[in-house]
This record gives sequence, structure tokens and C-alpha cells, in this order.
Amino acid sequence: MQDFAQAQHSGLIGGQPVGPSQVAEARKTRREVGFPVGWLVAPATLWLLVFLVLPLISIIVFSFWTSAKGGLVPDLTLQYYAGYFYNEGFFDQEHRNFLTLSVFIRTLGSTFYFTAVVMVLCLIVGYPIAYFLAMQVQSFKWQMALFLVCMVPFWTSYLIRAVAWLPMLGRRGLLNSLLINLDIVDKPVSFLLYSEFGYTMALVQIYVVLCVGPIFFSLSKIDPAILEAARDMGATPFQIFREIIGPLSLPGVAIGMIFIFVILMGEFATAVVVYGGKTSTTGTVILNYYAIANYPFAAVNALMLMLSMMIGVVVILRIVDIRKEL
Amino acid sequence: MARWTPERRRKAWVKTGFSVYYMIFVVFIYGPMIAMFILSFQGRRGGTSFPMRGTSLYWWGKLIEPSTVGDLQGAMMRSLMLALIVMVITALFSTMLAMAFRKKFYGSGLLFYTVMAGLMVPGILLSLGLATLMRQMGIPAAWWSSALGVHVVWTLPFGFLVMMAVFNRFDSSLEEAARDMGADEWTVFKEITLPLITPGIVAAGLFGFTLSYDEFARTTLLAGAENTLPLDINASMTQRIRPTLFALGTASTVFSLAMIGLFLAIYTVLYRRSR
Repeated sequence: MQDFAQAQHSGLIGGQPVGPSQVAEARKTRREVGFPVGWLVAPATLWLLVFLVLPLISIIVFSFWTSAKGGLVPDLTLQYYAGYFYNEGFFDQEHRNFLTLSVFIRTLGSTFYFTAVVMVLCLIVGYPIAYFLAMQVQSFKWQMALFLVCMVPFWTSYLIRAVAWLPMLGRRGLLNSLLINLDIVDKPVSFLLYSEFGYTMALVQIYVVLCVGPIFFSLSKIDPAILEAARDMGATPFQIFREIIGPLSLPGVAIGMIFIFVILMGEFATAVVVYGGKTSTTGTVILNYYAIANYPFAAVNALMLMLSMMIGVVVILRIVDIRKEL
Repeated sequence: MARWTPERRRKAWVKTGFSVYYMIFVVFIYGPMIAMFILSFQGRRGGTSFPMRGTSLYWWGKLIEPSTVGDLQGAMMRSLMLALIVMVITALFSTMLAMAFRKKFYGSGLLFYTVMAGLMVPGILLSLGLATLMRQMGIPAAWWSSALGVHVVWTLPFGFLVMMAVFNRFDSSLEEAARDMGADEWTVFKEITLPLITPGIVAAGLFGFTLSYDEFARTTLLAGAENTLPLDINASMTQRIRPTLFALGTASTVFSLAMIGLFLAIYTVLYRRSR
């Protein structure tokens, strides 16, 4: 085919590149257009090295150092790891078994548990919204406007949005008066503020917008012709959802879930504001040990957090391949 | 007027159901904030929850009094300055990176994942790592150095993704035409590329500004001696909570909303012009 094209056109306008070597040469010169890549990427790369890679490496390094009066000294030790797993349990010295978990692992576990619960709730609450925006709203202008309404809270402060839950949840808060007015309860209930329930609800409210966006984008990429074809062949709405819409929206679901997962695992501000600091997340544990200048132990906690997050993200990526989406 | 077949009726019901759910959702995500707005106008003797005991600007007045809440004006100015610097750097870096990614180059995959890692690594880890490192090296933390650095790490992936999307739909033949007519790289960029991608740059800037202005976790250990606004808000949580806090939250949110509106307006104007 190529030979044919060459035979047709060679020599039409002056000298055309003939033969593979000359073609490669011609391509090489074409590739020189644009600013040099090195200069374009150098500043950002340097910035990321200093402010992203270096801090992460130093966490790993400092977790092996020893805490001393003036700060840290580079005496390599594993004592902080031992403290994390061994001292308070995990390996139960009396009974010589591995059943009791140390308080730090339990905190990590409860952080993980809360994160999982909030992720599922966000998906349940947010998916229908994304579905509505992508599938039910026909006009593009309306779609964008309604989507923007959902996205605006993302650009405002999550700390303030946590503060905003205080007048809702208290004993004389809005939710209690609502419950009383609807005759669901006759006395104010106290389980709302500084409780797991209130905390979970606030987290869902604050972070649900993070999964609406990605799910909306992958839903709106679905070609309507496929859905029409399925309908013409007699598929029920449920079948269409199970066979087409569901699978095709999975990448968006995965991105949204990863996003919520990583932010919630490191979360500590909402826990303090809405939960009154009664609970500890791994984030608050890290801050507490930083405050008492036990840097290596804070680093060990941070490392374990990072490790569990990596495992979580890898698991999500194993279930869904999102590379097509990026 | 088409007949109301069962199929159409069913569809109408579904759509109504979803619309109602959407409205409940909007009430859910905005409700608490609106309650806070209203309570910031609480009367002098009212508390932090309903009912309102009259309306007043008493708690708003307390915001301006210098004695009650630390150095609030200063904190606000610092947050604003920081957000503006982060905005400029984010817009600049994400444009440069996205331009580089139009071609394949050595290490592009690694760089891509490093940029995205800024999105994945929790703020508390970067705060801890950098704060400890700087302590160890004897460099004092400050909002314009360490906090700025980590803020850009957080905002860059958003701006980068926006600019990647912009260049994905970019028609390179316009640049080629200019080059064929003998324009040098700077002229091509200034006359052709830049006007076409300005809306994207504004959008990248929006992410830089708003995300930095509100950032708390990444500033916690890195702001040094002088607080930014979110740190001040968090500090006032440890004292007795008063409606002043709601006034502060309202003021800050209204400012954020105004900035979002401004950015979107600029974006719309530029987008129309670039067509």
C-alpha cells in the first residue's frame, strides 16, 4: 500500500522523502516543534520533588530514628514499630498469642471502618444524582447548571461546613425540633451531636460531592444509541442498568470512591469539630504525637496509614480498571 | 399533543421522582450552611442554636473588634495572599505540564503519576513529613514557604487535569499553519495557543485559588507563627462556641462563593471569545 502511494506521488512536488530512513529523518524534524519539554516540566518536577517526594521519604527515614530531647537523632531503631504492634497487645505477652490488637491498630481499623461506611453511603446518595444529571436532564445548559450547583460546595471550606453542622445536631438543634414537630419523638434526643450518627451524616454531607462529579462524567460519556438499541431489543430498564449503564459507569465510581477513601482516611478536622474530639482517627493520633514531640512514633502511624491506603487503592483498582478513563 | 401511553407516563413519573430527589439532595448539602447563615444574625442574647432571639448584627460586629478573636484581619489577608500565589503557580505549572504532555517524552508516565500522587497523599502526611524535616534542618515553617509548597502539590493535579482536557480538544493545525507562515515559537504561543487556552487557565486558577484558600490539613503544621484563616477558625473551636464563629464562617463562605462567581463569569466571557 505504501509502495503504491509512493509510486503515485514521488516527485510530484520537488523531492519527497523516499525510503524509511528519510521518512524517519523527516519525522524527526517535525517533532522539534513546540517549546523544549525539559524546560516545561523542570519547575513543576523540582517543586514536586521538594514538597511531595521529600516529605514522604523523610517520614520513612524518621520512623527509624530515635526521639531525643532536641528532636531526632539518627540512631536507627525499631522500637517505635515495636511500640505500635507489640507493647500494648497484638502479641499478647501473657497468653503468647496474637489476638489482642494494640490501640493504634484498633484506631486504624475504626478509621478504616468509618471510611468504608461513609463511602458506601456516599455512593448510595450520590449515584442517583449523577444518574439524574446525565440521563434524565436533556438540555446541556440545564445539565451544567444543576451539576454546578452540586459542585460549588467542593470549592468552599470543609471546616466551615463541619462547623455548620453544630446548630443542626445539638439537643436543641434543627434536627431535634424537626423530629419533635413531626411527632417522631416527644423529647429531644441526645444521640445526634458528638455521636457516631451525627459524625457519619456530616461526613456524607461534606464528601458526597466528590463522587457525584466522576460518576456524572463517566455516565455522560455513554452513547445514547447503545441504550436505544437495548430498548429496541426489549430490555427492561433494570436490565439496561445492570448490563450497560452499571458496568460503563464503574470507572467513575472507582475514581469517586478512591477520592473519598484517601481524603477520609487522613481526615481529622471533622472528627474534632462534629465529634468533639471524643473519637480518635489515625489523623488525630498523628497530630497528638507530633504535639508531644514524639516524631518517630507519629511517623510510624503515618506510614501505617499510608500503607493501608495503598492497599485500599490497589484493591479498588483491581476491581475496576480506570486507566481507560484518564 | 401525543397520547399518554403507559410508557410515557412511566417515564414522566421516573423523571419527577428523580427531580424531587435532586431537590432533597440540594437541601441536604446546603441546609446546614444556610442554617449557619441565619444563626449568624442571632440576637445579642441568643445562643448557637435555634430559636432566634431577635436579629442583630452584634456577632458580626464582634468580628471586626480586634480584641475578641486574635488577628483575624491578618489571617484573612495571609489566606488571600497565599491563595493568589497558589493560583498563579498552579495556572502556570499546569499549563506548562500539559503543553509538555502533548508529546511523548522520557519519564512522562512517572511524572504523570507523581503529579496525581498530590491528589492521593493525605494532607496530614505531607504536613508531618515536611514539618519534621524542616525542624530537623532548623528551617522555620511559614505560610509563604512550606504551606505554599504543599498547597501547590494539592492544587496542581486539578489544574493539570483541566489543562490536559483542554489540549485534548485542541486543534493543532492552527499552530502548524502559523509555523508554516514563519512564526517563531513565542509568536505561535502568544498569538494562537494562549488565546485559545485562556478559559482553561482560568478554570485551573479557580481550583488553585479556592482549594488553597480553604485548605486546613495541609496548613496545620506548616504555617509557622502566623495563622491562616482556616487555622484561626479551627483555633476558635477550642474556645466556647459563639455565633461569632457562624458569622466568620458565613463571611468566609460568602467570599468563596463570590470568588467562584467571579471566576465562572471570567471563564464564560473568555470561552465565548475563544470560539
